[in-house]
Amino acid sequence: MPFIGTLGLVLVTLFSHWRRHPVQGLAWLSGLLLATALWSGVQALNAQARDSYDRAASLFDGAALPSLVAREGSLLAQTDYSALRRQGWPVSPVLEGRLEFPRTEADPLRLTLVGIDPLTLPAEATAGQAVDGTGSDLIAFLTNPGRTLVSPDSLRALQASPGDRISTTDEQMLPPLAVNASIPPGSLLVDIGFAQRLLSREGQVNRLLIPDDPSWLDRPLPANVAERLRWQAGQSEEDLGRLTDSFHLNLTALGLLAFVVGLFIVHGSTGLAFEQRRGLLRTLRACGVSQRTVLVGLLTELLLLALVAGLLGLCLGYLVAGWLLPDVAASLQGLYGARVSDQLHLDPQWWLTGLGMALGGALLASLSSLWQAARMPVLALARSEAWGQRQSGQLRLQTRVGLVLLAGAVLILTTGSGLVLAFAGLAALLLGAALCLPMVLSLCLRLGQRFARGPLSEWFWAETRQQLSGLSLALMALLLALAANVGVGGMVDSFRLTFTGWLDQRLAAEAYLNADSPQQAERIDNWLQQQPDVDAVLPTVQATVRYGDWPLEINGIRPHATYEDYWPVLQLRPGAWFNLAAGQGALVSEQWVRTHGSGPGDEVTLTGDRAWTLTIEGVYADYGNPRPQMLVSGSALSDWYTGTPRQGFSLRLPPEKASDLVAKARDELSLSDFAAIDQASVRGFSEQVFERTFVATGALNTLTLAVAAIALFTSLLTLSHSRLPQLAPLWAQGVTRRHLAWLEGARTLGLALLTVLLAIPLGLLLAWVLVAVINVEAFGWRLPLYFFPLQWLTLAGLALISALLATAWPAWRLGRQSAGRWVRVFATEGGH
Amino acid sequence: MRLLLISLALILAACSDPTPGGDDAVTQGFAGLGGDADEFAQVDPSQPLQFPEDHAAHPEYRIEWWYATANLQDQQGRRYGIQWTLFRQALEPEAQLGDWQDGQVWMAHVGLTTAEDHWQGERFGRSGGGQAGVVTEPFYQAWLDDWSLKEVRAPGSERSPSALDPLSHLRLQADTDDFAYDLVLQTDQSLVLHGDDGFSRKSERGQASWYYSQPFYQVNGRLTLPDGEQVTVRGDGWLDREWSSQPLAPEQQGWDWFSLQLDSGERVMLFRLREDDDDESFRAGTWISVAGEATPLTPQQIDMTPTETTEVAGRTVPVGWRLRLPDFGLDIDTHPLNPQSWMDTSIPYWEGPVEFSGSHTGRGYLEMTGY
Amino acid sequence: MLTVDQVSKQFTTPQGPLPVLYQVSLDLAAGQSLALTGESGSGKSTLLHLIAGLDQVDQGRICIGEHDITAQDESGRAALRRQTVGLVFQQFNLIPSLTVAANLAFQARLAGRFDAAELARLAQRLGLTEVMERYPEQLSGGQQQRVAIGRVLAAKPALVLADEPTGNLDEATGDAVLDLFLEGVKATGSALLMVTHSPRLAARLDRCQHLHMGRLEPL
Repeated sequence: MPFIGTLGLVLVTLFSHWRRHPVQGLAWLSGLLLATALWSGVQALNAQARDSYDRAASLFDGAALPSLVAREGSLLAQTDYSALRRQGWPVSPVLEGRLEFPRTEADPLRLTLVGIDPLTLPAEATAGQAVDGTGSDLIAFLTNPGRTLVSPDSLRALQASPGDRISTTDEQMLPPLAVNASIPPGSLLVDIGFAQRLLSREGQVNRLLIPDDPSWLDRPLPANVAERLRWQAGQSEEDLGRLTDSFHLNLTALGLLAFVVGLFIVHGSTGLAFEQRRGLLRTLRACGVSQRTVLVGLLTELLLLALVAGLLGLCLGYLVAGWLLPDVAASLQGLYGARVSDQLHLDPQWWLTGLGMALGGALLASLSSLWQAARMPVLALARSEAWGQRQSGQLRLQTRVGLVLLAGAVLILTTGSGLVLAFAGLAALLLGAALCLPMVLSLCLRLGQRFARGPLSEWFWAETRQQLSGLSLALMALLLALAANVGVGGMVDSFRLTFTGWLDQRLAAEAYLNADSPQQAERIDNWLQQQPDVDAVLPTVQATVRYGDWPLEINGIRPHATYEDYWPVLQLRPGAWFNLAAGQGALVSEQWVRTHGSGPGDEVTLTGDRAWTLTIEGVYADYGNPRPQMLVSGSALSDWYTGTPRQGFSLRLPPEKASDLVAKARDELSLSDFAAIDQASVRGFSEQVFERTFVATGALNTLTLAVAAIALFTSLLTLSHSRLPQLAPLWAQGVTRRHLAWLEGARTLGLALLTVLLAIPLGLLLAWVLVAVINVEAFGWRLPLYFFPLQWLTLAGLALISALLATAWPAWRLGRQSAGRWVRVFATEGGH
Repeated sequence: MRLLLISLALILAACSDPTPGGDDAVTQGFAGLGGDADEFAQVDPSQPLQFPEDHAAHPEYRIEWWYATANLQDQQGRRYGIQWTLFRQALEPEAQLGDWQDGQVWMAHVGLTTAEDHWQGERFGRSGGGQAGVVTEPFYQAWLDDWSLKEVRAPGSERSPSALDPLSHLRLQADTDDFAYDLVLQTDQSLVLHGDDGFSRKSERGQASWYYSQPFYQVNGRLTLPDGEQVTVRGDGWLDREWSSQPLAPEQQGWDWFSLQLDSGERVMLFRLREDDDDESFRAGTWISVAGEATPLTPQQIDMTPTETTEVAGRTVPVGWRLRLPDFGLDIDTHPLNPQSWMDTSIPYWEGPVEFSGSHTGRGYLEMTGY
Repeated sequence: MLTVDQVSKQFTTPQGPLPVLYQVSLDLAAGQSLALTGESGSGKSTLLHLIAGLDQVDQGRICIGEHDITAQDESGRAALRRQTVGLVFQQFNLIPSLTVAANLAFQARLAGRFDAAELARLAQRLGLTEVMERYPEQLSGGQQQRVAIGRVLAAKPALVLADEPTGNLDEATGDAVLDLFLEGVKATGSALLMVTHSPRLAARLDRCQHLHMGRLEPL
């Protein structure tokens, strides 16, 4: 008989097992399905965000490259562009500006209008291909009425269709819309001529791009433009990837955790199926199927199942990602200002990787079973007595590995540095703890056994210990999921407490006004002098420069008691505020210390047209801001900075008058909602950003817990099948079936309770690692850790309820099974 | 970006396929120059040319060019040919010049040919940002980036209406990654109007353009060769100005065009517009006496016969010709300085220096399109 | 048909090597039946396993027909089992997830000798027609062993090896099953080697040999 025919028969026989045990098969499939879904969902979110950054960064690929900008102000004359072109400089003009579109009255849709000249655009810029690839011809883009290229998600946000002409809030009409997927979300691409018209910047541009050719950077600028133009280091779109890396790593770690929990289910069901099919495999061998064919059959079966589960999991993952995307997009925008498209589109690579993960995961989870099948002798017909012995050996090995992992975790977390290493430490901690769980539970049970009185009670404890191995994987999954919930929940709530306190300090002033231009700043200043309600005006200036490889926000203030009273300092040198006022000292944010490694007492030299050396006088907390920040004297900053810093005013006034003043300022100075804002609104906005940041985290956590519950449920369900032979003798000796069912339920609940009790300290350890190690590595700030016993109780309750649900059905079934089935145990004894 | 260039080339080609044998090329002529152009301004012989006004751009016409070529020689006797071309193309009828949405696109080609090599450059631009354009005041200049053709005038001197034409003393500059040149073109002779006072017919069916030349330049200047060597050169130059909205008939696939500078002092311009399936292509030309008097040539007076072909860029191109103007006693054979003078630009064509012998000797430039 | 030539076998145990068979030789002609008796631990099951190719000899040779199974590798021995040998154990070793019909047909399909009509006749002879669509766990012990026997006979092996085929059955059922078994083997024309500790059952076969402490002794 040809090999394939034999294999086919073997496969049919193997699959007949699942037909007879559909719940077990379902458990296997759902384990891998959920694992794949959560993992690939998270990956989809990451891919989506990265795609958005990439699109933003590559619209002018050059964004990371230097461009020429005006020395004064943000605009330069178009004549400087032609002057450079006529001297052979391959520059290309860009004009950018914000446009508002009517959505709701209070909250217009703000989009960035980008004007380009496709004919001179450097070859690297995707914008050129976008113009090209729209199918719309270049002619239409260049000539009236023009084209507005827009990403599919912005098109939806505008509630428009291709070809529509939409109007801004001040009733300017855009060229007809055309869709192109390579346009970053939130941007509109038009020809520079239209941009000048729409932004009322005739004859002006923001910057001049130059192709990716370093030789131009070394060339001196022509004399007739040199005094007006300066090189600007590449814009920080690329930084976005770097800044958001930690956020995505967090998501990835959570996704991986969910994946591992799912694999526990797969491992459990595969192991069980193998045990149940041991006889079947022997019979196959005895009937003359070679070992190779059996193994190939098992492997094929595994891959086919994994393929089905993987594909379904990917579909579910897509749904999960689609569901979480709006929150992730919102938190990325709130935290990092990163625009992420809220429409999911995925490339084939995502599907392939997801499927690969599913297959690889299934293989990994089934490795031990396959290994056993490969080494299984045809004979050894009655070895099952050694089962218990082998098991205890396995348990010892598992515990040893767990202890090694725990030791490794301690070593990594105390001595290592770097986010990836920190996560590795975290993984070792969790996995180590999970591997040690059965031994710890076993010890607890032995303790219980010692205090057992009466035969039934003794039997109960002994039986529970024996059952541990069957349940241990599910319990490990529960432990991981619970610990993750306790840990992440603890971190989020600690963060919330700290953050709110910090907001109180940081937002000491009652209202804030921001100016677009020096002229507006002067107008605001004059206006403020006529406001009797304002007790104090604290002018601020702000500039973003680069220090080292990082963007640096510099805040300039006029020293005032408010800062000394409220600024959230963590460390301060004597005389700090005095030195700061003198323009010789600076306070830096915690992130600065992490990023640049210097702290109080160290000197920092800011380069630029003129070097500026400052002594670091102190450190303050700056939660929620991934960029390093510095606080200096405002007047000194204005002197040093060559561009035009942004100017703003923090106002002290009676809190109840703040919102009226802000309304008046918006009205009389025609300031936008963001340019004039009171403390309460800033606080509300910040807290909203905060909440949304952790929505995705929370949702993933809950899903992981759900997966663990399913793991528990399926393990119990499969175990209950093999419980009859153990229980029937007791029944024969006069224990009622209902009583036995209760005992069965109590056993599982007891084990779950023990696991929950162990999960809480593990979760706290996890919270500590998150707050004191991961957060510092990821965001650069450290948080105090608070305890939330109520949260633990809720979680423990939830876990027990899921355990109860998981127990109830198998126990109920056990109690309800016909007496005939119980009798059969004796009739067919030995036949198993 | 390459895509963009190609699409721009397609614009310039309006919807034609410049490859030989392409259906569009058959129906639309080379670079779309045979396409329908009813909405653009039409060449009208009743409105005579006026200078210097007509040296400026004519944005209401679909296509226009400034075309300078020169045969040069360095002190060692090595020969060079240079080309400098500025094209203006209107994307829509009634286009004006000056702002970003003026509906005009500019394209420039430069070339340098030696006996062994041929280099070229191509750029695109718009007049909106001041990147490209043509102005007559305060002095004449046509440019795209730093590739320019500028009137040379003594500092402080004004150009009086009676003074010489602004094109009589020009500086021609271009700089590419491969080569550069900086040349002065000078003459004391008048412009030459082709056809009927500049009204140049391009087919029997009425297609025509405005066409005039300055064929008498003496050229001095400097070339920078790709290896960085700078050489001082001198020679003869020729400037063509032409604009139209439909210079080709739809079935005309391309042209073969000669500018000849005879050692005896005369100048000759000849061209043939090739039609598919028709050996008797439309021919025209101008015989220019030593004094600059132009005599239009009728098709029957001209005999142009390819004598030698070569493979260039996968196409068969006739690079050797026998040219006969029996009425003027001209019977010459032309040979290219470099048969591989292929302009591999977004719309490719052959353009290079030639020399000739026979009844007359001299040098010239040959342009062949639509192969 | 079957030649066992000077076969020795020992097992490795924590207490050192444990010899089980010493230079055992026996012959079995085609169509003949031979009973192998002996008390527990005499090595009779080991000998059966060696003949079935489930285990390997230390010394000696075992030939089934033309094939020297001691010279074959694992897949060669598996092929021999598939084509030539049929095994009946004390434990019925049915495939729990397949129906009686599928179990019956299993080995015949593996051997490529599946014939539905013949299988139906066999099922009828074994009294299984009523239970063809049931699963093994729904059958009595006697029924299960009849399925196991049917599975072997349907494949028409040249050699049937049986290890206490009625050991799990009560005497009456066992006798009835054995009748069916011997009848079936005879009808198929297979040679039969049956291991049993019961002289009563052994007497029903053509020949009988006794294994004692790993050596064959004539009865």
